[in-house]
Amino acid sequence: MQRQMTGARMVVQALKDQGVDVVFGYPGGAVLPIYDEIFQQNDIRHILVRHEQGAVHMAEGYARSTGKPGVVLVTSGPGATNAVTGLTDALMDSIPLVVLTGQVPTFMIGTDGFQEADTVGITRPCTKHNWLVKDTDKLAETLHQAFHIAMAGRPGPVLIDIPKDVQFATGTYAGPKQARVSHYQPKVKGDIEAITKLVELIEQAERPVFYTGGGVINSGPGASQLLRELADGTGFPVTSTLMGLGAYPASGKGWLGMLGMHGLYEANLAMHGCDLMINLGARFDDRITGRIADFSPRSIKAHVDIDPSSINKVVRVDLPIVGDIGHVLEDLLKVWKARGRKVNKDGLAKWWGQIEQWKLKKCLSYKGSTTTIKPQYALERLEALTKGQDRYITTEVGQHQMWAAQFLNFDAPNRWMTSGGLGTMGYGLPASIGVQIAHPEALVVNVAGEASWLMNMQEMGTAVQFRAPVKQFILNNERLGMVRQWQQLLHGERYSQSWSESLPDFVKLAEAFGCKGIRCSDPALLDDAIMEMLAYDGPVIFDCLVEKHENCYPMIPSGKAHNEMLMGDAGVEGAIQAGGAVLV
Amino acid sequence: MSALNIKQGSTSHSAYELRDPHAEIVETHTLAVMVDNEAGVLARVIGLFSGRGYNIDSLTVAEVDHKGHRSRITVVTRGTPGVIEQIKAQLGRLVPVHEVHDLTVEGPAVERELALFKVAGTGDRRVEALRLADIFRANVVDSTLESFVFEITGTVEKIDAFADLMRPLGLVDVARTGVAALSRGI
Repeated sequence: MQRQMTGARMVVQALKDQGVDVVFGYPGGAVLPIYDEIFQQNDIRHILVRHEQGAVHMAEGYARSTGKPGVVLVTSGPGATNAVTGLTDALMDSIPLVVLTGQVPTFMIGTDGFQEADTVGITRPCTKHNWLVKDTDKLAETLHQAFHIAMAGRPGPVLIDIPKDVQFATGTYAGPKQARVSHYQPKVKGDIEAITKLVELIEQAERPVFYTGGGVINSGPGASQLLRELADGTGFPVTSTLMGLGAYPASGKGWLGMLGMHGLYEANLAMHGCDLMINLGARFDDRITGRIADFSPRSIKAHVDIDPSSINKVVRVDLPIVGDIGHVLEDLLKVWKARGRKVNKDGLAKWWGQIEQWKLKKCLSYKGSTTTIKPQYALERLEALTKGQDRYITTEVGQHQMWAAQFLNFDAPNRWMTSGGLGTMGYGLPASIGVQIAHPEALVVNVAGEASWLMNMQEMGTAVQFRAPVKQFILNNERLGMVRQWQQLLHGERYSQSWSESLPDFVKLAEAFGCKGIRCSDPALLDDAIMEMLAYDGPVIFDCLVEKHENCYPMIPSGKAHNEMLMGDAGVEGAIQAGGAVLV
Repeated sequence: MSALNIKQGSTSHSAYELRDPHAEIVETHTLAVMVDNEAGVLARVIGLFSGRGYNIDSLTVAEVDHKGHRSRITVVTRGTPGVIEQIKAQLGRLVPVHEVHDLTVEGPAVERELALFKVAGTGDRRVEALRLADIFRANVVDSTLESFVFEITGTVEKIDAFADLMRPLGLVDVARTGVAALSRGI
């Protein structure tokens, strides 16, 4: 199927051929020909955002909740530079995106033309790959390649910069099947010898733990199924990074909860005390490991990852397996079953005895209140009142994000969208819209802090315009809570610039946007208020006024090890020493 | 667990097992990187080194297969064994990179660099410069009554040594290509 058409039409045709149903974007001079093509068709829906950063986060929410690549279309110059934060966010969290940017015509490149920026130069370090297409005949192939590269191996964002004259010119279009096969074909099958070795380790381990990450979710729902089968078959405990929540169900018998800086006591101590650590699609992030020198000192570490550069980057591992989690788990299960489904039953029984002891610590307990809404209480109620619903949660970044990870339970993958690696305040609202566009009938809640939420609040306009009934659940403490917590622990309680003054009236703000606003400050009225939010058929801004000085615990202070957790406000003085203070 | 033949701190697929995994000795490695000769590929490689804080001692790049649009980048870099492994893995995952060869560990290799030296002087110093150039098998590619330009090919060490000798004799300018390298044998 080869046809002559303009570059602009090729873009729309390629998107259709790649199965794209929605594009998040914002028009401008350098993409007008593409917008003209979008106008003349009905297969692809265009979601008009209010700021290009919002478009990229929406595409991330769309991608993470569907497993399909998110598509963004923005103009040159400021359109492209506004997309940079979202691209970096997607690169850090391995989210597949195809971002199309307009560019000044080829004959003007390099002249500092109006709205010209070196987009491929600026986005080279924040994309998996990018292209400047100078020839309309190469456009179709580049578009198809872009989808392949965004999805193959470790997923990530890619960008195609398309000069305006390339959009106007006519060239030959070829469909995805005619496109040249890319040499970029990351290995998905793991080395069977290494897998067998891992089975031997599984059979003997006395104190094993699965440490799972976003890679399990990126590998697809099949990988999550296989993880469940393996974890429940072996009876091994499972903990997960922030990015991996939902891969193993929170209701599963092996579930320990999230690990890391604000992870659960039992999860972190299991990591510290294990003799076999099986890392599935996680990357030993500094939020996870704490002080590297004391990270799980007595364990043999196996690491399954599709990206060879993740192996030995931070923590030296004993058994690396490069491959796709789904493929590796499938082979692993086959070998383990063929060898008689053996585990060290006595060792495991003792290990679980130890873990149950740790659980008795009840590390998430907090001091309740009848007069103020505790943020943890608000999330407990949200959890209780939405239980059983197929619910999608996005978050902003900060204390509320950690509390959401601690107090909300996920039983399925692709239901939890959060900015993990980059920690982008302003992610959650647009991400929730992207999720809602992909799942129009589902309940989508953005658990937010008021400061983060304000960073991209203009996207409420998008939610209203496209009737995306997203629920903005703002835990409003009138503070930059996590910054305030660190200043308390680290900087002598000098709260430099960490409070929010002149906040908008969120209820009136909701009305101004044409959606519903709800405010609640009384714990006794909270349930009814949440029910009102859930029942409302449209977007809601929920201003939940919470305790202003609540700290998020447990916490591994910077520069400390997993077994040096802070459990509450007692004993925090001097918890972080000079060495830790330089860390973030 | 001890029955298993896995040594902690070693991996079975990396250069770690060849040396002490805890060694923090900085090594110099020559890497040959085969890339698609497409726009921005050099910027991608250099950006990787600067962005992740790796060192570049020398770097050469040229198209080696015109029909296949393939270029060869030879980069000499320094780092601990762990850093060198990471550099190779990071290079390997760039989309236009086809192959990464570590010529320092993959067996014997030939490494050569070409340099041009401009030496100005008259009288005995001029004669001495010419005599030393002959010993080093450097060619005179330009001469005036007050200066020579020598062309020399050899290992980095040889060129360094020649530079040291020329300096007191009136060395005014140097141009070096950086290392090109190939493995020995087939």
